[in-house]
Amino acid sequence: MTIYSAIFYLLAAVIVATTALAITRRNMVHAVVYLVVSFFGSALLFYLLGAPFLAALEVIIYAGAIMVLFLFIVMMLRIEESKRQLFPLRQWIPAAVICVGYLAVLAAMISGIEADRPVQIAVALPAAFSVWVFRQGWLVVEVASMLLLVTLVGALVIGRPVKPDETADK
Amino acid sequence: MIVPYSHILALAGIVFLLGMICTVTRRNLILMLLGLEIMLNAAAIALVGASLRWMAMDGQAMALFIVVVAAGEVSLGLALIVCVHRSTGSVDPALENRSAPENPSA
Repeated sequence: MTIYSAIFYLLAAVIVATTALAITRRNMVHAVVYLVVSFFGSALLFYLLGAPFLAALEVIIYAGAIMVLFLFIVMMLRIEESKRQLFPLRQWIPAAVICVGYLAVLAAMISGIEADRPVQIAVALPAAFSVWVFRQGWLVVEVASMLLLVTLVGALVIGRPVKPDETADK
Repeated sequence: MIVPYSHILALAGIVFLLGMICTVTRRNLILMLLGLEIMLNAAAIALVGASLRWMAMDGQAMALFIVVVAAGEVSLGLALIVCVHRSTGSVDPALENRSAPENPSA
């Protein structure tokens, strides 16, 4: 086992453990903070797998922007603490069935394929990656920018304050 | 030499499963959206691993656009959740709990 595979398994353990902790927390602030740790682990994993640009984006956008947005919403809304059981039995049984089936399919799909052929170390430098994206996928970049613009307009329209005369109609 | 590609796929699959559990079982719209984020992250992990396996940048480019889609999805989704919370006073996705603030007897 090389040092890189040891780092990979360590990062995998951190990602899975913090994600599992995040989805079982009752307090949403705790869940979001655990998920920030998970996304930091994903960023380090991307760095290990040769994507330093995506590692930076993961820290800036996922762990930074998205999780802070979640934190703002959790703090802004006054959400009453649910007294119910965290995973009610009525939802547990279908979830367990789905989990077992999914894990069986996963194990069947990936067992044996290229088990004796580790991936090689390579790095896509940010400059080369950016040039590649803008050469090969310029149309997708434009579509992505349009998507972000539409999302911005949509969020503004949805989140605008309700005018008094509109509430009077209701 | 890092690890076989199947181990990266297994990690992505397990993280995707955790996100799916979160989305299916939690009765809270914010945590359901959090589960969707976890699932998108798992897809990005699988794509970056595939990009290294085949020594092509396509996987990384797709992971880049997954980040774009995740950012848009979460901003619009949270705006919708705030809108729903403003009109119903609850973030519970179940319909029977929606009208609870208006008629507590129901």
